[in-house]
Amino acid sequence: MKRVDVLIVGAGPAGMAAAVAARRFGLDVLVVDDQPAPGGQIWRSVETVAATARGAILGESYQSGLSTAEAFRACGAAYEPGTQLWQIEPGFRAYLSRDRKAWTLEARAVVLATGAQERPVPFPGWTLPGVLTVGAAQILLKSSGQIPDKPVWVAGSGPLPLLYLTQLLRAGGQVAGYLDTTPPGRLRVALPHLPKALRAAGDLLKGFGWATTLRLRGIPVIKHVTDVEATGKDRVEAIRYRTADGKDATAPAELLLVHEGVVPNIHAPLALGCAVAWRDDQDCYVPVLDRWGETSQSNLFVAGDGAGIAGATAAVLRGELAALRIAERLGRTDAQAAETAAAPLLLRLGRELALRPFLDALFKPRPQIFAPSDDTIVCRCEEITAGGIRAMVEVGQPGPNQVKAFTRAGMGPCQGRQCGYTVTRILAAAEGRSAADVGFYRVRPPLKPITLGELAGLEQEAVP
Amino acid sequence: MTRDQADVVVIGGGLHGLSAALYLARAGKGVVILERAWVGRHASGATAAGVRTLGRDLAEVPISLEAMDMWHRIETIVGDACGFHAHGQIRVAETERHLTELNERAAKLRQLGYAHEEIIDASELRRLVPALSTHCVGALVARRDGAADPHRALSAFRRSCEAAGVTIHEGCGVTAIERQGADWLIRAGEQGFVAPAIVNAAGAWAARVASLIGDDIALGMKASMMIVTERLAPLLEPVVSAVGRSLSFKQSGQGTLVIGGGLQGKADLDTQLSSVDYRELAKGARAATDLFPCVRDVRIIRTWAGMEAKTADLLPVIGPSPNAPGVIHAFGFSGHGFQLVPVVGAIVCDLLVHGKTERQIEAFAAKRLMARKAAA
Repeated sequence: MKRVDVLIVGAGPAGMAAAVAARRFGLDVLVVDDQPAPGGQIWRSVETVAATARGAILGESYQSGLSTAEAFRACGAAYEPGTQLWQIEPGFRAYLSRDRKAWTLEARAVVLATGAQERPVPFPGWTLPGVLTVGAAQILLKSSGQIPDKPVWVAGSGPLPLLYLTQLLRAGGQVAGYLDTTPPGRLRVALPHLPKALRAAGDLLKGFGWATTLRLRGIPVIKHVTDVEATGKDRVEAIRYRTADGKDATAPAELLLVHEGVVPNIHAPLALGCAVAWRDDQDCYVPVLDRWGETSQSNLFVAGDGAGIAGATAAVLRGELAALRIAERLGRTDAQAAETAAAPLLLRLGRELALRPFLDALFKPRPQIFAPSDDTIVCRCEEITAGGIRAMVEVGQPGPNQVKAFTRAGMGPCQGRQCGYTVTRILAAAEGRSAADVGFYRVRPPLKPITLGELAGLEQEAVP
Repeated sequence: MTRDQADVVVIGGGLHGLSAALYLARAGKGVVILERAWVGRHASGATAAGVRTLGRDLAEVPISLEAMDMWHRIETIVGDACGFHAHGQIRVAETERHLTELNERAAKLRQLGYAHEEIIDASELRRLVPALSTHCVGALVARRDGAADPHRALSAFRRSCEAAGVTIHEGCGVTAIERQGADWLIRAGEQGFVAPAIVNAAGAWAARVASLIGDDIALGMKASMMIVTERLAPLLEPVVSAVGRSLSFKQSGQGTLVIGGGLQGKADLDTQLSSVDYRELAKGARAATDLFPCVRDVRIIRTWAGMEAKTADLLPVIGPSPNAPGVIHAFGFSGHGFQLVPVVGAIVCDLLVHGKTERQIEAFAAKRLMARKAAA
């Protein structure tokens, strides 16, 4: 069985930066990533796309990923693309799979740089073909330049819809309209955080620039929308929504893209038994980390948006911090030198994080997201409705794991990634408890579905 | 400290605790269940829910056969079919040598007057399980056996208990038990329960409960691992196991494959946590794909390890405490207790209500596991 010093899971900004930094200390590094090329979600396909016309469409912060990817390629870390990590046992023994073949390896330290996922938002019709997330649409744009051939409706809140719409317009796509679901009054709540946020003013200005582009292009932007619905027989044919003055409106639609922010990928830390804490400001769980990014499990680190949503620049810094600490742990540098090297990184990280309270307050998910109507499907895999979850509350004060056992919500192939938070919030509301108190599904391995044949193949792997 | 009065306090809110409570309540007893976590938290929620007489230890056969009759009318007992289907259980022989073993087993049972296990040849095996690999040469089958849905069973037993007047306290772990006159005082933190009788149905933690009333019972632990796959089209109806392999293979009502067979993960009594050992579990996947080559590309969705008690002879402990008056033990089912749930509830009820039972439980006496202590 192979052994490495450091296993890094994910080749996005955090994973690449951690690899480059760890290699500087001469550590033996393996980076595994389920994508075919480095870049993660934000810099997806950056090596092949950055210098092309599509790269220009995607913008400067996309193109800026190229230098990180190049440094990563040159750093001497082993790199296994198209590879899934599906289990880690203490010690650490990692279980990996590629092309339906599984193998294991030992690592002295692990960095989980597995990023974020879009917050799943159940609403009537969200399972209809033709309803996608903005993130999924952006992946198609980045990796293969796909532009919808029909006008696109976008509904949601946060920076990503604005960014995507700007990119889509630049690429020649058509936009039917943007239903901005940010509730009224959010700017007022967010303003007290503005002075600190101005330390990262560049990013803020970008956001306002996107909004201006939409206005200038005459795209309908409908503010403070609620009760978004997709209707149609076999696929989305129309959308329905309520405007700020309480009126219902409908419009024909063939493609509806939705987005209500992102949340850290929490499954791997949960499966590994890492302590997590509820964050009210980002409405999600995050792993409990020290300033180096080390979890409650020794030598297991989380870097990047998986540590709490903070963007690519912060992800790079967090990756470097984790690598520094690992180098110290594995005897490649001493504590004093690590502290000295960490100081400027921590300073810059602080500046990046200063932007978050403003954005988190401005784009805090509206309460409606967590209170879908009774007939709305919550668990897509098993087709369990919100009403089905609420009915469970009649018996005692069940938590997510009991509801899972009795309704099968969370038992499908997505392993609760789509319904976990919704179930937690529905139970919290129905039982008069906080989301933090209700907790989250217990996550069962494998972290990614593997086949029986793959697992069977492991039986022949030589035991050291 | 609060003090609630009851006729019987059942410790453990698994299926055996629920079943005992149900029979006792229906016999007119005031019953309280104390469950440390929630109903069905450990073995009862983690079981493959096989309903099997096939291959039982001879000492278990009489109560297992009675339990099977009860499963066939389970709806009249708990108001729900519990997802039980009697599609049979089949123990497959992959070689002639294995088939000889099965023939010997069948002959022994016939000698004792039992007819529930039956030898079948390769063609009948193929008829019953068309998806099975063609190298299998024959099998032993118990046609009235089958499998149930553990969560539906838990719901049904729980609802029946509550309808019969049982009070269930979840999140209520027993911390101490002491004698008070003719009664027991069972403490669970700041809560106290007073009753003349106790049922110890605490599963993996039953030896710890037993020690609180003065019984020192040698008890091991199991952490049997399970695999559940994505849903697939109907593939097989019976539950299939194989001689010389750790495998139990079936398809649930939802279409998922449920693969177990007793491969052991890791577990810790103190933290109450268990985990899967994938190197070990690979043997189960290998057995499954050897017997059913068509499932190689089926995706595994979840795996887990459930925690329960295991005795040295793999027989349960069912019966009165030799030391403590009014205490009935019902634990140590060693990986095959699900099928026995209804009959063990009836036995515990016999013992507490009538002071005796007509059912054959001599082999399950706690004393056999306490000898070492007595000798020392």
